[in-house]
Amino acid sequence: MSLQTILLAVALGAAAGILSGLFGVGGGILFVPTLVALGLGQVEAAATSLLAIVPTAAVGVWRQTRFGNLRVRPALVVGVSSIAGVEAGVQIAIRIDESVLRRLFGVLLLVVAAQLVWRSTRPLRGYADVS
Amino acid sequence: MARLIAVGLTAGVFGALFGVGGGIVTLLVLLVHFSTREAAATSLGAIGITALAGVTAYAIRGEVRVGYALLVGVPAAAAAFAGAGLQRRLSGPVLTLAFAALLVCIGVWLIVG
Repeated sequence: MSLQTILLAVALGAAAGILSGLFGVGGGILFVPTLVALGLGQVEAAATSLLAIVPTAAVGVWRQTRFGNLRVRPALVVGVSSIAGVEAGVQIAIRIDESVLRRLFGVLLLVVAAQLVWRSTRPLRGYADVS
Repeated sequence: MARLIAVGLTAGVFGALFGVGGGIVTLLVLLVHFSTREAAATSLGAIGITALAGVTAYAIRGEVRVGYALLVGVPAAAAAFAGAGLQRRLSGPVLTLAFAALLVCIGVWLIVG
């Protein structure tokens, strides 16, 4: 790993962390392209992104708990049920061609972008009650 | 409860497949009618569990690159301090649209590149 790679990884990681806090994501949507840009394969990038998400999510949870936005029981129900889906996702990821997975990820980014635009053009529920 | 479980299962499949977790926010807003802020905060808790399960499943198959995860993940966690604080002050279509534009650029790069 060259010094340039290390500096780029740190800079992109920091940028992903800020955006993750702003938009309430674990950062994976930005970690994966970052890791692909750094030379990892698509499956490696997905796997590594999940590990990189853990500290970001932990910090986010700690902050959001203090702001009173976190609903613990629903978070646990969603999180624990997701474990059942995880194995299926991993099986698909290791079976399909990596270039197909990479393109599907590109499509996912476009879908997320469209959804963000759609969300921002309609009245936002919940913003008024937190001031 | 059934809806929350459906959200979890869907998030697990897509989260592990793509290495992401943010879609939970949308699902919580759409299916369980959480406010955007509550969905964002609550999804972080769920994502942590999903990510741990995903890392375990991938690590067994030797796909996790721990060094890279630390290089990207630790600065991200530090920066998330700033991000979560900013969220309380910034809300807004402009910011969201800018982020959406960034995602479109990266998405096109991955599809075409």
